Amino acid sequence: MINIRLLKAINKYKWDYLFLLPKFILFLIFIALPVLWAFVIAFQEYGIFETIWTGLDNFINTFTGDLFYIALWNTLRYTIIVVPSQVIIALILASLINPLNRKAQVFFRGAFYLPTVTSVVVIAMTWRWMYNSKGLINYLLSLFNLGPVNWLGSSDWALISIMLMSIITPPGVGIILYLANMGSIPESLFEAARIDGAGKFKTWLKITLPLVKPTTFYLTILGTIGSFQVFTQVLLLTDGGPGYATTTLVHLIYNSAFRDFDFGFAAAQAIILFMVILMFSLVQKKFLSSDIEY
Amino acid sequence: MGLKTAFSNIAKVTVYLFLILLALLSLMPLYWMFVTALQLPEQVFSIPPKFVPTAIIEFFPLITSGEQAQAFFLLSEAFRSIKVLFTKVGLQHWFVNSLIVSVTATLGVLLFDSMAGYVFAKKKFPGRDFIFWLMISTMMIPGQVTLVPLFILIGKLGLKNSLGAVIFPPLAMVFGVFLMRQYMKTIPSELLEAAKIDGASEIAIYWKVIMPLSKPALATLGILTFMAVWNSFLWPLIILNKDYLYTLPVGLKTLQDKNLVDYGLLMSGASISAIPMILVFLFFQKYFIKGLTLGSVKG
Repeated sequence: MINIRLLKAINKYKWDYLFLLPKFILFLIFIALPVLWAFVIAFQEYGIFETIWTGLDNFINTFTGDLFYIALWNTLRYTIIVVPSQVIIALILASLINPLNRKAQVFFRGAFYLPTVTSVVVIAMTWRWMYNSKGLINYLLSLFNLGPVNWLGSSDWALISIMLMSIITPPGVGIILYLANMGSIPESLFEAARIDGAGKFKTWLKITLPLVKPTTFYLTILGTIGSFQVFTQVLLLTDGGPGYATTTLVHLIYNSAFRDFDFGFAAAQAIILFMVILMFSLVQKKFLSSDIEY
Repeated sequence: MGLKTAFSNIAKVTVYLFLILLALLSLMPLYWMFVTALQLPEQVFSIPPKFVPTAIIEFFPLITSGEQAQAFFLLSEAFRSIKVLFTKVGLQHWFVNSLIVSVTATLGVLLFDSMAGYVFAKKKFPGRDFIFWLMISTMMIPGQVTLVPLFILIGKLGLKNSLGAVIFPPLAMVFGVFLMRQYMKTIPSELLEAAKIDGASEIAIYWKVIMPLSKPALATLGILTFMAVWNSFLWPLIILNKDYLYTLPVGLKTLQDKNLVDYGLLMSGASISAIPMILVFLFFQKYFIKGLTLGSVKG
């Protein structure tokens, strides 16, 4: 009885389900299953021949070892320096580009976005060359009688080098989103400010800045999520070294999984990373979110 | 009054100069990559650095002064690293692999995401909202969580060390479904009903009405997917262990591991990997920008 009704319903909507089916199957196999599986592996010692349930061991080992805290601290430092820098740089550049004529806008938008279309591998390889002891940056410093700096080889400078690369590579996405946001602010607001005799800077501070808050919020959250997953440039520039000076959370996960082949340990660390990211996103949501209407 | 306009002109020029300076600074690494790639191998490390490849400076003067043999020798020296990459390293295999993987994944994403986006946007069927929110809710889970299970799964499916291993995971990504749904919601439902009254089949409605009207969204999603797969690194790095199967970013990483200080060679490889994306960007710039603004929460 129920089966017949079910079959009838399925028949009625069969085209809808057929259209959805390929994507849904791919989603189940390559996203839903691995997500659930991660929460199983995290409680196991996974081996090719034998898998043992170990309860909370992987989590306990993560929290009792030193390495996790070193990686967390490096990742936090990277995030705290890089994310605000990128957001502020994007805001300043977009504010300067926004009043220009259409052609100049398109040109600068393109020029600042271009470096980010290439892969991080390409960018990091180029920076590794520029950071070489006889590379471009040390040469430029020598013109001012500074340096040479052992950029990637000393624990004092290695993390700074990785941050510097992320900061100087222009925040193309941020600039484009700010420009789109600024372009949608009604001209009447600026006119009103002009009539009231407000100067350019004051108009920017009192009108533009509050009205681009949604973009600031979006970029901060997105940037934080991205920064917590920083990996490629670490692998290519320093491989986490010297010592553990630049080991980040994802680098730690990568090492646990694919150098030590401790899959359970890596899965537990990945879940902890997920929780840390979630926590930071919620905190930022609380402090930064706004419901400005205009 | 005159003083005021002069003042604002100075301010304008200052802004332009400042922006141009910063634009040059941000393009500097790419420029330096190309310069090193084409530099004569023995001059890569020269101090002070040469900001234009010697072969480019000296080629035409040598030609005009009749020393053609010397000119072409310089040119072939400038391209020596690139020649090594194609004859000894086998970079063309990586290039072709990257192309196969990116094009296949992009076409698949366009087809499957537009199909799913269509029914999410325009149909009502039991379970629709539940399935949609189930898919969307996984978007915030970072990729590292699925890394290990996916690695085991791909092994069990027998896909390890195959290009399929790199193609399948991006096909499952949810972002495109969301994007297509948002866009297709703006297509008037009357159009679909009119087509239905004219006797068009379900497939015809999708293919001949929905798809042509969704071209801007398809272009945006296509470019974003192509870029993401072309540049993807961590997943192909762990799943491909045979050098003839590497994609470009993985190949470049192993090239760096084997030639730590041959920067001419490394920058040549990086340049070849960067050029296609730069061209795609220059030709389709407006879709990149549309994609970013469509993909953000404000909509």
